[in-house]
Amino acid sequence: MLPLQTRREISPRLRHLKRLSAATLSALLGATLLGACADDGGSGSAAGDSGGEGKTTVSVGVFGVFGYKQAGLYDEYERNHPDIRIKENATERNEDYYPALLNHLAAGSGLNDIQAVEVDNVNEMATLQADRLTDLKSAPGVRESDFLDWKWDQAKTKDGKVIGLGTDIGPMGVCYRKDHFKKAGLPTDRDKVGKLWAGDWEKYVETGERFMDKAPKGVSFMDGASGLYNASVSGYERKNYAPGGKLIYKKSQAVEESWDLAMRAVKGKTTARLKQFDTQWDQAYSNGAFATVVCPPWMLGYIKEKSGTKGADKWDVAPAPKPANWGGSFLSVPAKAKNRDEAVKLAAWLTAPEQQEKLFKKQASFPSSTKALESTGVRGARHAYFDNAPIGRIFSDAALEVPKAVLGPKDQIIKQYITDIGILQVEQQGKSPGQGWDAAVKKIDDAVED
Amino acid sequence: MTLSRTERARAGGPVATTEVKAPPQGPRPSRRHRWDARWSPYAFITPFFVFFAAFGLFPLIYTGWASLHRVSLHNPTEMEWSGLHNYTRLLEDEFFWNALGNTFTIGVLSTVPQLLMALGLAHLLHARLRGSAFFRVALLTPYATSVAAATLVFAMLYGRDYGMVNWALELVGVGPVDWEGGSWSSQFAVSSIVIWRWTGYNALIYLAAMQAIPDDLYESAALDGASAWQRFVHVTVPSLRPTILFTVVVSTIGATQLFGEPLLFGGSQTGGGSHQYQTLGLYLYEQGWFSFHLGRAAAVAWAMFLILIVVGLVYWLIARRLSKSH
Repeated sequence: MLPLQTRREISPRLRHLKRLSAATLSALLGATLLGACADDGGSGSAAGDSGGEGKTTVSVGVFGVFGYKQAGLYDEYERNHPDIRIKENATERNEDYYPALLNHLAAGSGLNDIQAVEVDNVNEMATLQADRLTDLKSAPGVRESDFLDWKWDQAKTKDGKVIGLGTDIGPMGVCYRKDHFKKAGLPTDRDKVGKLWAGDWEKYVETGERFMDKAPKGVSFMDGASGLYNASVSGYERKNYAPGGKLIYKKSQAVEESWDLAMRAVKGKTTARLKQFDTQWDQAYSNGAFATVVCPPWMLGYIKEKSGTKGADKWDVAPAPKPANWGGSFLSVPAKAKNRDEAVKLAAWLTAPEQQEKLFKKQASFPSSTKALESTGVRGARHAYFDNAPIGRIFSDAALEVPKAVLGPKDQIIKQYITDIGILQVEQQGKSPGQGWDAAVKKIDDAVED
Repeated sequence: MTLSRTERARAGGPVATTEVKAPPQGPRPSRRHRWDARWSPYAFITPFFVFFAAFGLFPLIYTGWASLHRVSLHNPTEMEWSGLHNYTRLLEDEFFWNALGNTFTIGVLSTVPQLLMALGLAHLLHARLRGSAFFRVALLTPYATSVAAATLVFAMLYGRDYGMVNWALELVGVGPVDWEGGSWSSQFAVSSIVIWRWTGYNALIYLAAMQAIPDDLYESAALDGASAWQRFVHVTVPSLRPTILFTVVVSTIGATQLFGEPLLFGGSQTGGGSHQYQTLGLYLYEQGWFSFHLGRAAAVAWAMFLILIVVGLVYWLIARRLSKSH
């Protein structure tokens, strides 16, 4: 009854005005809301279309830090192309970035003109999303011979289209602590260390067993068995898929041998039982709790940051037993990109050898361009934190030998369940290798089933 | 009804109510005015319903629709009808039952101590004490902390190798516990984050309700010789019953949807190597955004919704019986 009483006190005219304005307001609110909803599909704020004054704004969608901005490459491109503006939209984690990208591709809106794609997703994109992406194979300024052949092939579709241009790569080495090696009676010189396990990951595990016999207290040989599994399995040409696209991980030699190696490492107690990129893994760096970790070039900065001054002058890098790749990305141009032609030009320029070389110097992104790899700037590079290790030589030697692996759309899921379910159950929860393997297979079957 | 009566009164018809008088000798209100008076109340409430329809009802129904289809995140717009397949699948899905069980145990482990502690804290704060405003604000600070920040700190505290909890345990001679790796220990750890974040919030709700209890009830109870504990049990708690029911319902809903804490605690959608703390929310996320099976994820979402409806009905029945018995 209260509303009636108050209403009586207000003069009819005022009341009318008030009510009218309130009605207008609510109608407006409703309309804006509906408008906002309807508009969402069409314009997509992420993809700015024009930068005013007749300039074209090319938007670049990336995850994490690609370093183009930091290395001044956008500025340089804008200087050389006065009618172009570049806008980068970064999402921190690929786990968030990739599903959103799939959504935008399916809807055909909200897309950036250039979209970065992680190597773990690139085959899935080439298999399932090829129609929604631009073929960059013969785009102006793109030369196949500039790129490492295995990198170029990763973004190739069945019918020969190339849906992504390679940016960085992750050829693996082994980072090791010289102080721990010395205490355990192992050589510390990087060439000799490399010879300890050259050619076979099994020798790496054997070295671990030798290390553990005389290991300093509280120090394990490696961080966790998952890093070893990943490094080993990536060195084979066929791991989870046969060339025709058939799923063969249950019987493949690569998976079986790598799994057995990981199990042997766990059984011999050579691992610190850590999960990579976990908080505890970070803490273990600063506590020096393990002596080796399989490391692509992009991990060097991470190791330096987490080990800090306590770990200075202690780390070094040696070649891995077998060359293999872990990580790296591509630049793609959606077929529905607003400024497709300009985007293709920019993507070609950003991935050209000269730019890859600049990016390596400023941001330490390891180039996927053979020409850049051979340049003195890259090949002669050393890393001060890792006792001036010739990282340019070590990693580019590995890069040139990385096998042309058969990839498949579910590689990432398979890898993650084998390591985060299978290996983790054995390594951290004391289950038997058989139990761990069965649990991983069950989960993978469930995930890949339609 | 009242409105239409007013309307007639103003339009010069017979005055059926004494509450509102027609304006004396005012000009006859225009048609527009009448139209306005009749419809503007609807306009006032429209925004809510528009918002609700757009962000509440539509997603709910669309999720239900999607759950009857085979949908991949690769092609969310292409849905292939699969009937109840996604639901029958859930019945045989050990990961779903595992997640349901975990959600239940974590829910009980977090909700029960949380509400009991909240009640106790509210009771303490209800007593006149110095600096009560400070304590009330202090109670609410965990609630104001972001889930991510709180969970990351807790994950460090519960660390196996360098965690503070294990360090303290070792001081008293108990061996280190692999909090994340064990199933009860990890569920306890996740529950403790929930407890930490929500106890203060519930305590404030209880406190507000306590302050509405008339003092004479306590006085007469005291005159009858009731001890402080008896007054708490026989005066405070019964008076708080509707509030307690409210917090139980809200906490249950929160527990069913638990997501951020278990996700960030182990940093993975699997909820531990053996899914030992994978909740329904986390399982939904894994199916939809890691395996890209949106249809399955939608079915999990609807299963959660139906479970909540059943739980709500059970609470309602309990509440009805309780109020009858008193």
